[in-house]
Parts: sequence; structure tokens; C-alpha cells
Amino acid sequence: MNPQNMPDLIRILPEVVLTITGVLIMLFDAALPATNNRRSLGWLGAVGVTAALWSSLIQLNLPPGTAFYRTVQTDPFSVFFHVLICGIVLASILLSLDALPANQHHRGEYFALMVLGAVGMCLMTSAVELLVVFIALEISSISTYILAGFRKHTGTGPEAAIKYFLLGSFATGFLLYGVALTFGATGTTQINDIAAHIPAASSQLVLAAFALLMVGVLFKVSAAPFHVWTPDVYQGAPSPVVALMSTAPKAAAFALLIRLLYSSFPVLQPVWQPMLWIVAVLSMTVGNLAALRQKNVKRMLAYSSIAHAGYLLAAFAGLGINAIASASFYVAAYAAMNVGIFAVLSIAAGPDEKLSVIEDFRGFLFRAPLLGTLLIFFLASLIGIPFTAGFFGKFYSFATAIHGGAVWLGIIGLLNSGVAAAYYLGFAVKVAQPPAAGSAKLPAPELGVAVGLSLALATTATLVLGIAPTRFLSAAQSGATSFLPPVISDSVKPSTDVPDLSKVRWVR
Amino acid sequence: MNSQSSQIQYIWQYLPLLLQVLAAFGLGIGMVVASWFIGRHRNTKTKLEVYECGIEAVGDARGRFSVRFYMVAMLFILFDVEVVFMMPWAVIYRQLPKITGSQWFGFWEMIVYLGFIAVALFYIVKKGILDWSTDKGDL
Repeated sequence: MNPQNMPDLIRILPEVVLTITGVLIMLFDAALPATNNRRSLGWLGAVGVTAALWSSLIQLNLPPGTAFYRTVQTDPFSVFFHVLICGIVLASILLSLDALPANQHHRGEYFALMVLGAVGMCLMTSAVELLVVFIALEISSISTYILAGFRKHTGTGPEAAIKYFLLGSFATGFLLYGVALTFGATGTTQINDIAAHIPAASSQLVLAAFALLMVGVLFKVSAAPFHVWTPDVYQGAPSPVVALMSTAPKAAAFALLIRLLYSSFPVLQPVWQPMLWIVAVLSMTVGNLAALRQKNVKRMLAYSSIAHAGYLLAAFAGLGINAIASASFYVAAYAAMNVGIFAVLSIAAGPDEKLSVIEDFRGFLFRAPLLGTLLIFFLASLIGIPFTAGFFGKFYSFATAIHGGAVWLGIIGLLNSGVAAAYYLGFAVKVAQPPAAGSAKLPAPELGVAVGLSLALATTATLVLGIAPTRFLSAAQSGATSFLPPVISDSVKPSTDVPDLSKVRWVR
Repeated sequence: MNSQSSQIQYIWQYLPLLLQVLAAFGLGIGMVVASWFIGRHRNTKTKLEVYECGIEAVGDARGRFSVRFYMVAMLFILFDVEVVFMMPWAVIYRQLPKITGSQWFGFWEMIVYLGFIAVALFYIVKKGILDWSTDKGDL
């Protein structure tokens, strides 16, 4: 090996570790006899993801910088999101070990897809070249499309996968078109260089490019008006997969959004700030009002995830570093509580997801006291009750918005939290109600070691982020400082090397 | 030379191409027309039916067919892309030590890549995707 390339390899070490893990899982899956239950492969995946988490922490020892011809950049920001994504994937794999049906087909591929999807999500947070971003996005999306359809023999499973696939590829098409127009307008696809190359004259083209990029990214974070896929997909996909795909790909997409907004298009802040203001309000309102009317638990949580994307986007009304730090913190807080609640739901509903509507959960607290308590705890966090992660997430987000001058956005956000409390509390009350007289006694769900670890991880994260958020907030802030000094550095000269196409003579 | 005359000159270069296109179309159309006039017509019902590779022309268009066809298509793409990546590597192989600054780096890069492809092949074979004789493929 060429020693000159070693620093480059360290910059993508987590992705390398994850790739090797995924490939190993596929190899063993092919080699193992068909009768094996393949739990060992899940554990292998968990070990690999932990190793990736650890190896991304190693990157903190390096000075922030790029590798592979400036396509990948590691800095505290990328490490923050790497750790977050690896944590989510770890919890989801542990959860799947116990929550998948015993007769689940393609178990090996299931774990391999989770790990390989993590490669894409991690790469998305450190890529600073739009084409690498696109490839990373595809890796993560294709894995989640397949995972969404893993309940093959239900009606909703394949429907979820097909819907997600069609709409997702359509959105990716928008993103790719945006990349092409960005290249046309600026002559570069390097995220950090775009800002210096934005020509004032052709701002229409830049605006079009930016709008198309935003469609692609906002679809991935399921912000209104690009949210319609969410309820159907979450309803049809297996619960452990929803735990993963409602958090990890969104974290990656938010990282990309932050990089685009603050590294590539800071010039357009007067444009994107009001735009995100509107998207935030739309997402919260649409999400919460629709969630009020849901009977199905997973659909309700899907709409709630749309609303949470709105709360998060409110942070972007704030200023610079604070906005980035609060948004990053919110992603982490939302991930902790959402993975937690879907972990509880997967175990409570059983492998075949027998409990699906809110009414089914009546008296759940009496049937399974520990799980019921955890369910209510995570619901409290989603409401935003103090001493939970959700509280500080919302607090920082709205505080940032209000400090940035968007007082009304903060007020609308608080009102929305009130609306949201109605359906979360309704569900919590149902869980705590005594079971209906004469209802069939269901046995308490069993807790395995793996799912116990997964729940412990999510609960600890939710509690720690809610009680002692300082350390994580400072991690998010040090991530945000990666965006300072302003990305227009002196070394990059404003564009003179961009060809002016109108002056090129095409005739020989 | 002004630009207009150079432009015309430029387009004239394409005259042979145009002639070739005309010849190709003429030959194709001419053969069909000639056989129509020279040949003998004796139409039966079977002969006049739309011919589509042996598939019955009338019926439900949503017929099901084996997912193996897609598998083969995907495998083709996999190994097709492999060769596409190997081509440029092979073309500049001799210059690679100079470019990478290491004698063997370029070689091992490709070995790693081929290793991944080999894993895919192993997976495919073990899953019985290439085994069409029995229906044991894990689909």
C-alpha cells in the first residue's frame, strides 16, 4: 500500500469498516446452511457498526480536512453525524435480532442491507462533492427501499416498498437535475467551492438549481409538501426498519442540507430563510393536524415525524452556528426518542405486528409494566416534557428561531407542540387505562438480550440528552464551527475559469 | 473566410454520411417493396396474426413470468460494469506506478475491486441464482 494514501483511507475509515462488515455478512449468509437462524450475522453487524462508530471517533484526532481529491471531508460535524448514524443502526440491528419473525426470509440480507445502507448514510455526511453525495444517497436509499418491503406477505409491505421506491427515485431525479444545473451555473460540484463561484449575473439559473436540490433533500427528510410517502411507507415497513429509516437517513439528509445551506449557498440566505420558514410551518401544521385523526399507531408516528421535521427546520430561521448546532442537536434528540418508541412498538406488537391501532394498546401498561413505562416515557419525550431529549431539542430549536428574529415561527411551533400533545397524551392514556373487561388476556411480550441492549441505548440517550445536554450540545457546536470561517476562503478565486457558454463558438 | 461559408463547408463534410443513410433506408424499404410485388400472397389466419416471439397475441397483458429474467439482467449489468472499470485501468496500467508513486498500488487496487466482484459471484452461486435446472434458487 502506498503510505501517501493512508491519511486518505483514515478519512473514510468508518465507511471502509462498514463495507467490509456488510460484505462479510453476505459471504457468511451465502455459506451458512439454510436452516441456520442467522442470529450470528446480526451480532456480526452490531460489532461492525460499533467498530465503525469507534473509528469515526478516531477521525477527531486528525485536523479537519479533505481527502480523495477533495471529495470527502472529515470534521467535527461529520464525526457528530457518523456517531449518531452508527448509534441508530446499532440500535436497529440489536432490535431486529429479537423483533424479526422467526420465519423471516432473507435474514442475512436484512442485516447486510442495514449495514450497507449505513455506508451510504455515513458517506453522505462527510461527502463534499455533489456527485459523491448522490452516490451515497443512492446507496442509502436503495437499501431502505428494499428494507421497507421486508414484510413481503402482507399487503402493505410491498406497497410501501414500491411507493417509497417510485417517489424516492423521482426525488433523487430532482436532486440530480439540481446538481447538473449547479454545475452549469458555477462550473463546480465541490460543495465548498460553489459559494465562491456563484455568478451574480446568472442568478436565475442558480435559483433553479438550488430549488431542485432542495426538493430532493426535503423529500428525504419528509418535510411538507414532500411528505405524502411517509405514512404509507411507515405503516407497511417492519417496525425495526421504521426505527432505522425514520431517523438515520433523515440525519444524513439534514447533514447534507446544512452543508448545502451554509457551505454552498450562504449567498442565498435571503431566499432560503423565508422558504424554510414556510416549509417548517407547513410541516408542523400538516403533520400534527393529520396525526390527530390517525387510528393506526405507526401512521400517527409517521405524521408526528413530519411535524418533528418542521420543528427542526424552525432552527434554520436562527443565525449561523446556533442554527446548525440546534438543528444537529434536534436530529440527535429525535433519533434517540424515535428509535426508542419504535423499539417498544416492535416488541409490543410482536413479530407479526398484531397490535396496530391505538385501541389495541389499551391496558398495555398492566400487561407489560416495564415496556409500558418506557412507551409512556418516549411519548413524553416526543411531547417535549422536561428531563427528556425532546424538551431540549425543541427548546434549542425554538430559542434559536426567536433569537434570529422569527418570533412568530417560535409561537407557531409552541402552538403546534400543544396540538401534538393531544394525540401523544391520548395514546399514553390508552396505554395506562385498565384493560377492557372481558378482553382476551394476551401474554406479556418477552424481552431478549439484544432488544434489551437496544432499549437501554435509546433510553439512556433520551435521558442523557434531556438531563445533561451540555456535552452533546457542545459537540454539536464544535461540529457547527466547522462551517467557520465563512466558506469563501481567499485561496479560491471568484470564477474566471468558468466558460461563458454564450461566447463559445461552436462553428469551426 | 467569413463564418457563413465556413459553416456551409462544415456541413458538406456530412454528405457521405447522408448518402450512406439514404442507401441503408433504400435497401431496407426496397427489399420489402420488391418482395411485396414479386412474391406470392396466400394469406391464412395464422399468417396474418401479429407475431411476437411466440407469445400469444391476445390475452391478459399482465401475465406473470419468472423473476429469473430480472436476475439475469442484473447479473449482466454487474459483470458488464466490471469490465467497463477494468478497461481504463488496463490502458494506463504501465503508467500507474508513476501516477500513484508506488510500484504495486494500482495492481492491488484492482485486486481489491475484483475481490468484491468475486464475493458477489460467490453469493450468486451459493444462492442458486445461476441454477435454472432445479427450482431451489433462493428467490
